[in-house]
Amino acid sequence: MQKSWRQRFHLPAVIGTIPMILVAVGVFVVGIGFSVLWSFTSSKLFPTYDFVGLAQYRRLWGDNRWLVSVNNIWFFGLMSIACNMVFGYLLAVFMDQRIRQEDLFRSIFLYPFAMSLIVTGLVWQWVLDPNLGLQEAMRNLGWTSFSFAPLVDANTAIYALVVAGIWQGSGVTMAILLAGLRGIDDEIWRAARVDGIPTWRTHISIVAPMMKGAFATAFVLQCVGVVRVYDLVIAMTGGGPGIATSMPAVYVIQLITVRQNVGQGMAAATMMLLPVLVVLAFSGIVIWRRNRLRGAGA
Amino acid sequence: MTLAQTPAAMPAQGVSDQADAGPSGKKPRRVSPGRIGLYVFLIVAALFFLIPVYIMVVTSLKGMPEIRLGHLFNLPSEPTLQPWADAWLHACTGRDCNGLSPGFYNSVKITLPSVVISIICASINGYALTFWPYKGANLLFGLLVFGAFVPYQVVIYPLIIGLSSVGLFATLPGIIIVHTIFGMPILTLLFRNFYAAMPVELFKAARVDGAGFWRIFFYIMLPMSVPITVVAVILQVTGIWNDFLFGIVFAGRPNWPMTVQLNNIVNTTTGVREYNVNMAATILTAAVPLIIYFVSGRWFVRGIAAGAVKG
Repeated sequence: MQKSWRQRFHLPAVIGTIPMILVAVGVFVVGIGFSVLWSFTSSKLFPTYDFVGLAQYRRLWGDNRWLVSVNNIWFFGLMSIACNMVFGYLLAVFMDQRIRQEDLFRSIFLYPFAMSLIVTGLVWQWVLDPNLGLQEAMRNLGWTSFSFAPLVDANTAIYALVVAGIWQGSGVTMAILLAGLRGIDDEIWRAARVDGIPTWRTHISIVAPMMKGAFATAFVLQCVGVVRVYDLVIAMTGGGPGIATSMPAVYVIQLITVRQNVGQGMAAATMMLLPVLVVLAFSGIVIWRRNRLRGAGA
Repeated sequence: MTLAQTPAAMPAQGVSDQADAGPSGKKPRRVSPGRIGLYVFLIVAALFFLIPVYIMVVTSLKGMPEIRLGHLFNLPSEPTLQPWADAWLHACTGRDCNGLSPGFYNSVKITLPSVVISIICASINGYALTFWPYKGANLLFGLLVFGAFVPYQVVIYPLIIGLSSVGLFATLPGIIIVHTIFGMPILTLLFRNFYAAMPVELFKAARVDGAGFWRIFFYIMLPMSVPITVVAVILQVTGIWNDFLFGIVFAGRPNWPMTVQLNNIVNTTTGVREYNVNMAATILTAAVPLIIYFVSGRWFVRGIAAGAVKG
């Protein structure tokens, strides 16, 4: 039976969700559309509609600063996600051993996440400051040859960002994975023990695969954070020394504010969107196929 | 019990084998090497998380001459609160030297309305999506969730142009709108999942009794939404308070939030760097979300997890 128009568009519901309609369509569809559109124009400070084809993309990929930024985000992303996962999982496993003061440890591991990335960046900027931080402190303690100033060296500054990222984010990974660990049936552990499987082996081969969901959650959370890493870089290194820690998120903002080159900025922003679209399309296909299989099996 | 005697490498399983007598259980019979290693690891990890903040607090209580001596870890020999007062009232950002306090009030002015408006919008969205799905509503929701993954940089410039065309760019209402927009995907998700878990009979009974869209929302759904609203408030207050990017782009100089002022104080000072003042300013900026975190405890984690699980 055909539903009447009134049933298909219940008026109060439509009115109540006007903000959602505006945001979903007006910001996320039209906005992104304009960003992509402007990336094909020669816009400088203000948008123009003088189309220049792929010229902005060619200039973008010829810009050394952009190439460094892209390299950096891959390096930072892979390093910080991998370290976060390993460290977070270790913390979760150790926390799951019926320890004393569990709540205290949990609070300690998690509190950096409550703070702004600006705060995190500044804190680590000072800890690693060559004249004030760890290096000076160790030298004052008598170890005069101690040298540890990663932030002033273009080759090592990005590692400092990774450490700050771990400090801020691994507590959350721990909390999510710990919840996953607690959700695993005690019987699994008992069965594995009866079969004489060592604990570490049980973790890697049985428990970790069972925690797929928790891992996926932690992973998604970190991926979103990595693509958006802006505040941390601004507070900690400002993209320096030189352009050594520039990232795409920083690059785009610089182009549209300081360097007033909107066309190229939008080209860079579109490039940032691309991996997100690929991942979303991929996971969409996976979910769709799984649902279809489940439907066929039922 | 015999199983519990197996190697020290798995003390927890050994203990959990006994009758479950609460989390404290039976005292370990002896302190095994594995157990010691466990606590050593946890304590070292805890130091990694705590030392930076210890340094901050200690340094913020020292005078500049003492800082120049370079004894980073020492407690202050003559503790002083002067740096804190300076940070709040006199620290300079470029020309003006009013400290962080204007930034604090700006952050309050930005955060409160943004939190209220975004939660109202999101709860109505979640309710409508769950109980009154109209044609195309799920497509809209899909677009919104997609928005949760989009890098901000992709939509910032169109938003600048859009807001300035209606005269709201670099104003207080402008930044509030921006926070409402970017909070909407995750909050709508949160509320939709919450309402979807409610018994639908509740809604049907109200419908049979003749209640309409708004009546059911205000008299039935809203009073039952307290737990999820608490989670949403925690999520939004900390998120918006900690925001830097939107604040610096959309708020305009007179409305710059605390995070932006802090970064200006610390990273654009010329001349002598007053580390003690800078660190006091940093702690002051982090104070509000930290208080929320310690007061709310496990709700905080629930908020993060709830937002992420279905994301």
